[in-house]
Amino acid sequence: MTGTTIEFIMQIIIILFLVLGTFFVLSASIGVIRFPDVYTRLHASTKAATLGISGIMIGAFIFLYVEHEIVSGKLILGIIFILLTAPVSAHMIGRAAHTTGIKPWSHDGNTRDAYADSFKDE
Amino acid sequence: MNEIIELVTIGCMIVITISITLLLYRVVIGPTNPDRAVALDAIGINLMGMAGLVAIMLVTTRLNDVILLIGILLFIGTIALAKYLEKGVIIDRDDD
Repeated sequence: MTGTTIEFIMQIIIILFLVLGTFFVLSASIGVIRFPDVYTRLHASTKAATLGISGIMIGAFIFLYVEHEIVSGKLILGIIFILLTAPVSAHMIGRAAHTTGIKPWSHDGNTRDAYADSFKDE
Repeated sequence: MNEIIELVTIGCMIVITISITLLLYRVVIGPTNPDRAVALDAIGINLMGMAGLVAIMLVTTRLNDVILLIGILLFIGTIALAKYLEKGVIIDRDDD
């Protein structure tokens, strides 16, 4: 009886992680569609997708451990790899966009671009 | 009780499919090339999530290598794309 109760609780936890991760992945895509600019789209894509993929991977890890007692370290390694590489690639894309001359979006047209000003001073 | 997890997994796969479709829209119409790079990066991350969900549904550990490999190739591809957008070349030689 207690075994089935613990199983039920673990399944609830797995479903919670999966649904939460999928929600964040979908919200990242909606952000990429809805935001007006490359830089704001980078915010949406990088941060929300990292959190979403962490949720899905943790859900898969707990599922494989509970159902079949397999400890799969590669899923945890995947989370760590995404956490390391997603900010780096976002930084590279953002710097490439700024170098190619894309202005940051502003609703009234006079937002200060501090990064371009730092180039101007030199 | 496993039917619940299977149903939730199928639902999550449908939602991730919708998400990839939205990102493909941004890849096609994106006003500038960095927009397309951002959307392709996000598509790769969605593919990693999809591989994880397929691993849950098929109850196997053999897709974990696939997840790691998609992550590594995605990182290298995004770096190469960003360098191409910035400089016009990917592998630059200093001795020329």
